[in-house]
Amino acid sequence: MTAPNHSWRKFKNALMQAVTLMCAILVVAPLVLVFYHLLKEGFSSVNWAFFTQLPKPVGESGGGMANAIVGTFILLGQAAVLGVPIGVLGGVFLSEYGSSRLNWWIRFTADVLNGVPSITWGMVVYALVVVPMKGFSALAGGIVLGLMMIPLVMRTTEEVLQLVPNGYREAALALGIAKWRTIVQIVMRTALKGIVTGVLLALARVAGETAPLLFTALGNRFWTHKLTDPIAAMPLQIFEYAKSPYNDWHRQAWAGALVLLLLVLFVNAGVRVLTRDRFQKQS
Amino acid sequence: MQARGGSHFGDRAFQWLTLLMALSVFALIVLIGYELADGSRLALHKFGWHFLVSSDWDPVNEQFGAVPFIFGTLVSSLIALIIAVPISIATAVYLTELAPLWLRQPLIMFIELLAAVPSVILGLWGIFVMVPWLRDHLFPWLQNTLGFLPFFKGPIYGVSMLAGGIIVAIMIIPIITSVSREILRSVPGLQREAAYALGATRWEVTRIAVLSYAKKGLFGAVILGLGRALGETMAVTMVIGNRPEIAKSLFAPGYTLASVIANEFTEATTDTHLSALFEIGLVLLGVTVLVNALAQLLLKTFAGPGVKPQN
Amino acid sequence: MNPTMTPGEEKTIPQTRRESKDESREPVPNVQRSTLDPRPSTASTDTALTVRNLSVFFGDNHVLKSVSLDIAARAVTAIIGPSGCGKSTFLRALNRMHELVPEARMTGEIRLFGDDIYAPGIEPVIVRRRVGMVFQKSNPFPTMSINDNVTVGLRLNGLRDRKLLAERTEQSLRMAALWDEVKDRLHAAAISLSGGQQQRLCIARALAVQPEVLLMDEPASALDPLATSKIEDLILELKKDYTIVIVTHNMQQAARMSDFTAFFYLGDLVEFDTTRKIFTSPAKKQTEDYVTGRFG
Repeated sequence: MTAPNHSWRKFKNALMQAVTLMCAILVVAPLVLVFYHLLKEGFSSVNWAFFTQLPKPVGESGGGMANAIVGTFILLGQAAVLGVPIGVLGGVFLSEYGSSRLNWWIRFTADVLNGVPSITWGMVVYALVVVPMKGFSALAGGIVLGLMMIPLVMRTTEEVLQLVPNGYREAALALGIAKWRTIVQIVMRTALKGIVTGVLLALARVAGETAPLLFTALGNRFWTHKLTDPIAAMPLQIFEYAKSPYNDWHRQAWAGALVLLLLVLFVNAGVRVLTRDRFQKQS
Repeated sequence: MQARGGSHFGDRAFQWLTLLMALSVFALIVLIGYELADGSRLALHKFGWHFLVSSDWDPVNEQFGAVPFIFGTLVSSLIALIIAVPISIATAVYLTELAPLWLRQPLIMFIELLAAVPSVILGLWGIFVMVPWLRDHLFPWLQNTLGFLPFFKGPIYGVSMLAGGIIVAIMIIPIITSVSREILRSVPGLQREAAYALGATRWEVTRIAVLSYAKKGLFGAVILGLGRALGETMAVTMVIGNRPEIAKSLFAPGYTLASVIANEFTEATTDTHLSALFEIGLVLLGVTVLVNALAQLLLKTFAGPGVKPQN
Repeated sequence: MNPTMTPGEEKTIPQTRRESKDESREPVPNVQRSTLDPRPSTASTDTALTVRNLSVFFGDNHVLKSVSLDIAARAVTAIIGPSGCGKSTFLRALNRMHELVPEARMTGEIRLFGDDIYAPGIEPVIVRRRVGMVFQKSNPFPTMSINDNVTVGLRLNGLRDRKLLAERTEQSLRMAALWDEVKDRLHAAAISLSGGQQQRLCIARALAVQPEVLLMDEPASALDPLATSKIEDLILELKKDYTIVIVTHNMQQAARMSDFTAFFYLGDLVEFDTTRKIFTSPAKKQTEDYVTGRFG
């Protein structure tokens, strides 16, 4: 009964299982390795001083990244103020209004924007903000991250709004509730968790961006008191330290990378656990 | 009547507001193009097309040509694709077709987390862990076994075109994998059943029913990965060596469009230098927008709105 | 042809079989209660598939409840019943397609011409090679030509001889009554065919590997009346050589085409008999209600 090539086919099946499994392991390996080395090299330098002190000058050991940590959050705050309203409302338009043709173009453009290299965003905001203001500033850094968030947030917002069943909209409209109130109070309320998830993921993504901050926020070894002054950020500080020839700074870079990675991974893993039901239903 | 008029106004206002926000994406893409073109006006005027064919990059004598950077970007991206494409697609196949169910979700989570690792952190790991390992182990081995090829000749520094390609591969693997996974998942179950009913093994089902069906979408995923590879900045800058040379050997340092901007932009002392960097940015933007547009077209026409490619 | 398949001497309207050759066998529990000997006999002495106490679970869902019946060789057996009654699951258990559902479990026994298809060491791949299947929606491989769709199963089995492949292609397409329509464009894309043609192509694809049994899951439900009647004619033609099990929603179709009919309800096999009996004088009220359209 058995076809002549049966054992060969079985072997090929097993072989491909093994090969693809190997590839999956290869894919996961860098994450494990990066995490391992960050812990090994950085963990000992993550201490109280790291979170509370300013960087020390070359030659003095110790010090921390307090200003960069605060700086990153200030930048993210500004980015959220700029990017979230535009992104979310744009997502509302894509999901609730418009013609399929116009929306196709908006989606297409947003997706292409998501592929624009982050460094070019930095140049644009340099020309747009830094040059007229005659100086690098926290504001410019916030703007560049905010602009980068817009297409990200727009697409995720649209996706989660479309998961809201149409019956909700129809029920509310049938009660005589105006369409915009239906959208805000019923549709967006229902999808709130998803919208927040999308925003958090977008923030986590731009939190690690370095290239666009190089010519906008610039970096700062001290506290920043005005948004018109340059500001430190964790990714910038890591880059700065990694390039330097000093072992002390390398240690700081590892520690900073560990903290930044934990922050980013925590947000990512957190929202995935929170929204697990949704993701599992889809798969 | 009044309430109705009010809500009517509210509806109109809200719709216009959201429309305006949605249209911002058009404004942004135009703005990016305009600012970069505007910034590079001086260089465009001074060098013209010569910029794209000259390989001189000499800020001191104000001679600027983009060829070494275009070369470095293309080569490092090509290396990255050669490494990343088979691994990513095989992983996507494993995740959707072959892996035991209990393993799929955790693996997917891992890959999504890898996608979230900031470029600068990968670069840091690249400089201090990967590059020394490459220098001491992989590169000498490659030179011993494949040294007869011009790509693997010459002195080994560690930081190199090949190291840049490898780090870019690590960065684009999660993207290609997760987009490919979406594509494979959107292959109708009926296609698989047709193959199973003929007595196909799991792998045969994947080959005849899934992969051939998904070809176009997978191509889109690869092109999307290429778009990311071309624009990748920080990690490459940290391991590629940053030397504007065109060398045959992959062990020699290289330089990419994005890296030269990252390294020289804040240090550019002359207007011409700055403008030349803007023009580099313009070239980079043009290429990545074209590549990304192609990728999106492929992905969007593959299965319509059902497939939502990730960013 | 398969060696295990002995040709039936004559094919008449089946009658109740008293002198069953396997009296020793455990009687079929569910059906036994309804008639004295539930297993309809066939003039052809062969039984293609012997199903005993088949239960299928999807997770905690008990989808099929201890079903036992014999499927006659070279005859059409129709499976009818309201949606969700387990008829598709039953069909899929016959070639182990139900195992594609991750949490599926089964108990009981199914024998294909005497071979236990769930015996340890028997792989689904081999079972499916012997028991072909045609689906509700036609599913040709869209990237392949008409010719490649027909030969794909053979090529998987290692057949490389071009001449032989061409012969089989023609033979299968003729059996599927598609040859005359496509013989001039065998290398055209399969999706260039009409819906009805695509479904016949899928039948040809299933026939090409020369299965012993052909399972059909509502093969005409997505087609227009004209295409449906072509498929029905084809099935009547095919039963000369093949054992066919067909799931259908369409009572007329079952009455027109099948020799035996099994009525399933909520996972139970309610009644199994000759089609004439089921449609004219069913033993159970439930069956009567269903076939006369009073429920379901």
